Amino acid sequence: MSDFSPLIDELVAGFESAVLEDSHGQAVVRLQRDDWVDFAKAAKDAGFEVCVDVTAVDWMRQRPERFEVVANLLSMQHKLRLRMITTVGRQEPTVGSLVPIWPGADFAEREAYDMFGIVFEGHPDLTRILMPDDWEGHPLRKDFGVGAVPVQFKASHQVD
Amino acid sequence: MTDEKTKTPETIDIWVAGTEEPQFSPTDEGAQEIGLDESESRLDEQFGRVVSDDYVFDEDATDDERMIVNMGPQHPSTHGVLRLQIELEGEIIRRTKPIIGYLHTGMEKTAEVLTFGQGTTNVTRMDYLSPLHEELAYSLAVERLLDVEVPERASAIRVLMTELNRVASHLVALATNGMDVGALSMMVYGFRERESILSFFEKTTGLRMNHNYIRPGGVAADLPPGWKDDVAGLLENLPVKFEQYDDLLKENPVWTSRTRGVGIITAEEATAYGITGPALRASGVDWDIRKAMPYSGIDKYEFDVPLGENGDVYDRYRVRVLEMYESLKIVEQVMDSMPKGDYRIDDRKVTPPPRARIDESMEALIHHFKLFTEGFKVPAGETYVAVESPRGELGCYLVSDGNARPYRMHMRGPSFANLQGLPIAMADSLMADTIATIASMDPVMGDVDR
Repeated sequence: MSDFSPLIDELVAGFESAVLEDSHGQAVVRLQRDDWVDFAKAAKDAGFEVCVDVTAVDWMRQRPERFEVVANLLSMQHKLRLRMITTVGRQEPTVGSLVPIWPGADFAEREAYDMFGIVFEGHPDLTRILMPDDWEGHPLRKDFGVGAVPVQFKASHQVD
Repeated sequence: MTDEKTKTPETIDIWVAGTEEPQFSPTDEGAQEIGLDESESRLDEQFGRVVSDDYVFDEDATDDERMIVNMGPQHPSTHGVLRLQIELEGEIIRRTKPIIGYLHTGMEKTAEVLTFGQGTTNVTRMDYLSPLHEELAYSLAVERLLDVEVPERASAIRVLMTELNRVASHLVALATNGMDVGALSMMVYGFRERESILSFFEKTTGLRMNHNYIRPGGVAADLPPGWKDDVAGLLENLPVKFEQYDDLLKENPVWTSRTRGVGIITAEEATAYGITGPALRASGVDWDIRKAMPYSGIDKYEFDVPLGENGDVYDRYRVRVLEMYESLKIVEQVMDSMPKGDYRIDDRKVTPPPRARIDESMEALIHHFKLFTEGFKVPAGETYVAVESPRGELGCYLVSDGNARPYRMHMRGPSFANLQGLPIAMADSLMADTIATIASMDPVMGDVDR
């Protein structure tokens, strides 16, 4: 039992692989990739009517599964927040889309695709959103350089 | 003459590229004439003496008659560089697709190479109309990972400054909304009153915008001497001006006819699309993070959450106006009950030594130098903190791996999510209402693209 809410306990108990964690006083549920969409459906039925945000974290060379996909849920009626986290690998960074459940996840998933290359299966229009369409690579991955602009006078000759 | 009138006009083939070119007849002299029908009524129309509406809406319009119009990215009323692809059927918008990213500068990537202390200079530039809220969300996230509690005075200053910032931001929303609908004087008034708030910000933080004032551990400096007089002046002056705006707009027939029943978002649509802030409350959903999940001790102060009913442009305007009164109510309470004490935490790990100590102590100098070059380390962990910005839920998702720089920093911009509501609000409405609808959602492109 956790100190969050019986609602969250009940929700997590319905999934064998789901692990509930306390992250600085916030409820975080870690899921298997296959449970991602099913858990989201159950969460919506339990009263989490808003999907606030979907994003990702790149744990390159630090964890066996490279990417973490994070979704922040909000229940206005119960005044609760719940964070869903799952992991996807480098070879096949694919996870089910939450857009059929919460249409508001549309832009956020497109951003995660654009920035990390996470593929959300079932997303109606998974295209780049912030970067140009012909951009190569995914900028927020850790192996993507920060980049620098050449400065004209940086290596200027010393004046006597 | 009568023969000419009954004759059906010849259909003109339009040549489509790639197909066989039709036989165009060369223009003859007769086609240059003003009209073959020289009856009195026809001539009246041709000379413009009688104006008749000959537009007939075709119910059975096929896809051939749909037209896609690009609005933006360079258009003054898109509030930045927003591009909309609008599919039109005559005058009626059927579908809209917002295309964004023109202002994307990779600020989340930049955050990963800045220390936790430098991070506020970065986030403050995202939503440039409410920079203090961005700083607050970020600072609260860092403090949660550090597990520190800021002094009461710091929290009170934060509430004071962010609520004033909300008024300043809503004033811009009002001003630009007025300008887009044709009330140009509203734009001048809105920016004039905003300037009075910004000059108080300048006095306190040193900058009109992008303040870098709220920092992890407290605020950058205490309120300046005489701040109470300045705030009291604002509290006295602003409500008078707000009443003048009401005189100008509230029952203005042009304003109401352009905003009432326009760009409607229902409560169900708003929650499904993750719309927050005044746009959600205008649809009648009672949700304000300040009430539901209070931060910085904002629950100590009394205020109401104004709600709309219809979720149209007018209600969004009205909710913003009423929110400004509520914010001033909070500001007044903070001013009267400002606690004494330090404006930042007395934790050497996070806070640099006072300026005077640097001149007399070598250790203090080293400490100061280390904090501003290396920064402070934040224990590994992840957190999400949300505040109620003038546009809605502004969240900061912060991941630390135990170093002095964030491993990942993600800002959940309210404008980014609210833009998803634009296609719903605009569907099956008139082209002319587009501008009013965009303005009422109050998107800040710096917040959308980051």
